[in-house]
Amino acid sequence: MSDLALLQDVIGEPKLIDWNWLKDNFWEYIVPAFQGHIFLSSISIAIALVIALPVGILCARYRKAYPPVTVVTGILYSIPSLALFAILVAAGVNVGPTPVIIALVAYSLLILIRNTVAGIDAVPPETIDAARGMGLTSRQILFRVELPLALPIIVAGIRIATVTIIGIATIGAYIHGGGLGQLIFDGINRQFPTMIIAGAVLATALAIFADVVLLGLERYLRPWARARRA
Amino acid sequence: MLSKIMGVFARPDFPLLLREHVVLSAVALLIAVAVALPVALLVRNTPLGATIAINVGNIGRAVPSLAILALALPFLGIGFASALVALTALAIPPILINASIGLREVRQDIIDAARGMGLSGGQILTRIQLPIAAPVIFAGIRTSAVQTVASATLATFIGAGGLGDLIVEGLQRRGPRYCSQGPSPSRSLRSSRSSASAGSRGPSPRRGCRSRRREEVVN
Repeated sequence: MSDLALLQDVIGEPKLIDWNWLKDNFWEYIVPAFQGHIFLSSISIAIALVIALPVGILCARYRKAYPPVTVVTGILYSIPSLALFAILVAAGVNVGPTPVIIALVAYSLLILIRNTVAGIDAVPPETIDAARGMGLTSRQILFRVELPLALPIIVAGIRIATVTIIGIATIGAYIHGGGLGQLIFDGINRQFPTMIIAGAVLATALAIFADVVLLGLERYLRPWARARRA
Repeated sequence: MLSKIMGVFARPDFPLLLREHVVLSAVALLIAVAVALPVALLVRNTPLGATIAINVGNIGRAVPSLAILALALPFLGIGFASALVALTALAIPPILINASIGLREVRQDIIDAARGMGLSGGQILTRIQLPIAAPVIFAGIRTSAVQTVASATLATFIGAGGLGDLIVEGLQRRGPRYCSQGPSPSRSLRSSRSSASAGSRGPSPRRGCRSRRREEVVN
């Protein structure tokens, strides 16, 4: 196809949404892309939590470790996602879901570690003193006092990280990571607005849905904030 | 490896792409500030308005950047204008959220004291509310700026150029199985618009050979 025809096709497309295409491709194309997106996002957030929680707890304990960790994760966070995917591919990671998951984990580390430390910091010192006075060991204080009290702030971090990850995962489709971005890129390639709109709207809906659900969880874990709002 | 990277900086189209990237990001950020700040100022004295602004901002921040850029394509077409609209839409939420929160968090007793001293509404804004809220407002602008510069790499997918062109070209030279697109939309679309710039954009055969050799090593 000549460039001119391509240009006319994109601009002059009369029908924005082709409902028949959506109906025909729902089960074999749209649903798998949606599932792929959820898979990418949830596995990334799970891996990120496994890394970030211990690191955050250590940083809260050993303060000297916190600034370097913040610098490294902060640099990772500010790399544009397309650039990070390209760097990982250039470094020899095979295209597919693997580099996408690595990048998504890298992006969520800053938010998760920062919120874990902030959550533990927010526990009042007198509460910890009281726990110690009751004879709890420092391990017991961590698991029974500090982490439960830090949980709302940690969940707030999970919420921001999840929304960020769902958004960035769409770009991962460019290096064959799958997910809803596949619909968007295929739509751009074929100059077919229906696919672009389907992918973009579903990705947006998924991100907003995750945001609202995790916000609800955060409020539920923070009864004192609920009381103040009412 | 390092000399290859330096070679990219020496390319004739590198300054052009860098300029496109900077202009796109800067203009989007400026428009976003010009839209978000007045809105935050408008709702500063109405708690309901501030809550609505913050919630709208939160939802806006959840929208994936690629989704906004891709959605601009069928509605606004290819090129700079659509990318600018999309990036502006992406840049507004962080500024709106932080400006609204910053102005809302100014303590009411300070404002009452200022009013008691006889300051007018405008004076309270410029001498009390804005200076106190300034750090939070600028933090929002900074977040937005970093995000806008990062998202501007995606402008290449809707033919608006920027440094994303280089990233996409690098992936494409490794072969079709490395990325999901054939010719970059940016490249083919823009070359059809101005043939003059197309000449300087063609890959040089020497670099093509190199990238092929590298691919063998990887495989």
